[in-house]
Amino acid sequence: MTRNLPSRIAFYALVAVIVLFAVFPFYYAIVTSFSTGTALFQVNYWPKVFDLANYKAVLGSRNFSRSILNSVFIAGCTVGFALFLAVTASYALARVRFRGRGLLLMTILAVSMFPQIAVLAGLFELVRFLGIFNTPWAMILSYTIFTLPFTVWVLTTFMQDLPVEIEEAAIVDGASPWVIITRVFLPLLWPALVTTGLLAFIGAWNEFLFALTFTSSESMRTVPVAIALLSGASQQEIPWGPILAASVIVTVPLIVLVLIFQRKIVAGLTAGGVKG
Amino acid sequence: MTDLTLGRAAGPSLKQRRQRAAFWFLAPMLIALFCVAAWPLLRTIWFSMTDASLSGLYDAEWTGFDNYLSVRTLSSGRVVYRGTLVDPDWWNAVWNTVRFALISVGFETAFGLVVALVMNAEFKGRGLVRAAILIPWAIPTIVSAKMWGWMLNDQFGIINDILMGIGLIDQKIAWTASVDTAMTAVLIVDIWKTTPFMALLILAGLQMVPRDIYEAARLDGVHPVKVFFRITLPLIKPALMVAVIFRMLDALRIFDLVYVLTPNSAATKTMSVISRENMIDFDKFAYGAAQSTLLFAIIAVFVSLYIWLGRVDLSGESQR
Repeated sequence: MTRNLPSRIAFYALVAVIVLFAVFPFYYAIVTSFSTGTALFQVNYWPKVFDLANYKAVLGSRNFSRSILNSVFIAGCTVGFALFLAVTASYALARVRFRGRGLLLMTILAVSMFPQIAVLAGLFELVRFLGIFNTPWAMILSYTIFTLPFTVWVLTTFMQDLPVEIEEAAIVDGASPWVIITRVFLPLLWPALVTTGLLAFIGAWNEFLFALTFTSSESMRTVPVAIALLSGASQQEIPWGPILAASVIVTVPLIVLVLIFQRKIVAGLTAGGVKG
Repeated sequence: MTDLTLGRAAGPSLKQRRQRAAFWFLAPMLIALFCVAAWPLLRTIWFSMTDASLSGLYDAEWTGFDNYLSVRTLSSGRVVYRGTLVDPDWWNAVWNTVRFALISVGFETAFGLVVALVMNAEFKGRGLVRAAILIPWAIPTIVSAKMWGWMLNDQFGIINDILMGIGLIDQKIAWTASVDTAMTAVLIVDIWKTTPFMALLILAGLQMVPRDIYEAARLDGVHPVKVFFRITLPLIKPALMVAVIFRMLDALRIFDLVYVLTPNSAATKTMSVISRENMIDFDKFAYGAAQSTLLFAIIAVFVSLYIWLGRVDLSGESQR
């Protein structure tokens, strides 16, 4: 860094602006979520009131608590399902040489860039056909389209970087591929599994298009759909207080997770994006 | 590569065994991807060539390319064109999407570059900046749309309050409702939310540039601006290109932010929004399927561009 004072001040001012822009909207949502009545409709830059009424209203309604449970269940199942399929598949892709491997990886990469709207009509038919419309299984099935390619891709790049020797030793001992995966690779894969699992969880937790299309009753909604469609007593009145309280409730756990695992998440994101 | 050396050591039977195991390990994933990606895509394309409706998915009849474009000559000799390719609403959505994608990705690249350069410098509180910029990324899109919808509210919004406070505007703006500003509102929220992702991708590229290059430039007394344009930018160009195309693909399929922040606004309706609207809300299932097929075709072109331009090392072979 340069040593002269003015440019140092300019640099730290830039840092301050970046931090302020990044943090302020969420800070303001928290401030607003604690105000009710007329205080809600005054612009307050600092917290003046501390009223939990919005939180009580949101958590008190049966449907919103139900939405949180739906989201946790759906995101959890999606992650478990994707990781299970991805670990074995990425072992084969990273460690075994076979014809068409490059083409297969290219296809997986292409699927991860699919516009979700392009499969909406076909998935709608499939979901109806399987009789899982308006159940969590519709989301668990459809979220596989974006979680699976991503987890396979990141785990494959991770496994390619593991040393050859550990596997050679196991092969010399006569271990089968299944034993190699479960006993040799799985213990080494934990960091990558945590990262990809977390990113897949966030993706599933935030998804909106499929959740909006494949649910019809209020008790089956996931959190994003519930927040988007939260309405007040009348059509004109938007319940800003409860909406922002609900937003804070579903965002704080994510932010805590992301800040705890920030190094791993940055590594996982860049592995999915820049490689080559 | 791994198995070449192994194969030589233990004979071809081991290699064959491993390949057979690899097939069984890949099969579940391939079946899953076929069920959720390939099959629905094919069905969407098939539906786009029928007259299917939401309630009558199975009594659809083949209509060929009529949903895309049909030309009929009336008995009076007048030629009538119908279908999505002559639908002004569709072209409006295409224009909105392209405009949104170009402007948002442009700003995100510029801001992302600035943030990445800042984070690449060594200074106190670097960890804090990284933590802070991860927050917009971690917030669900729907939540950011609602949060900003509140901040951009015409009556009680803080944005109007700030802008009037510093005298930039003299009357309150209905950011999300007005036709003139709806797109700006969507762009602001998207840029706020996605610049962190861009910054992190660019930062990964920056960190691969060896530090001693800067050291040498500094000793030679090269101006920092010149260092940036002559050294840094060319070196991170591959990473930058990949990041830009990656974001571009994402921007072209945008749905949730537009749907929640500016519902039913013709000024922001994108291709994804209009095709879902036709498919589900207007009961023109096949027509919407045709529009989503067109979006798929556009994105497929971009994906090929990505793979070609990014020169992604798909097999990972050149690394070792």
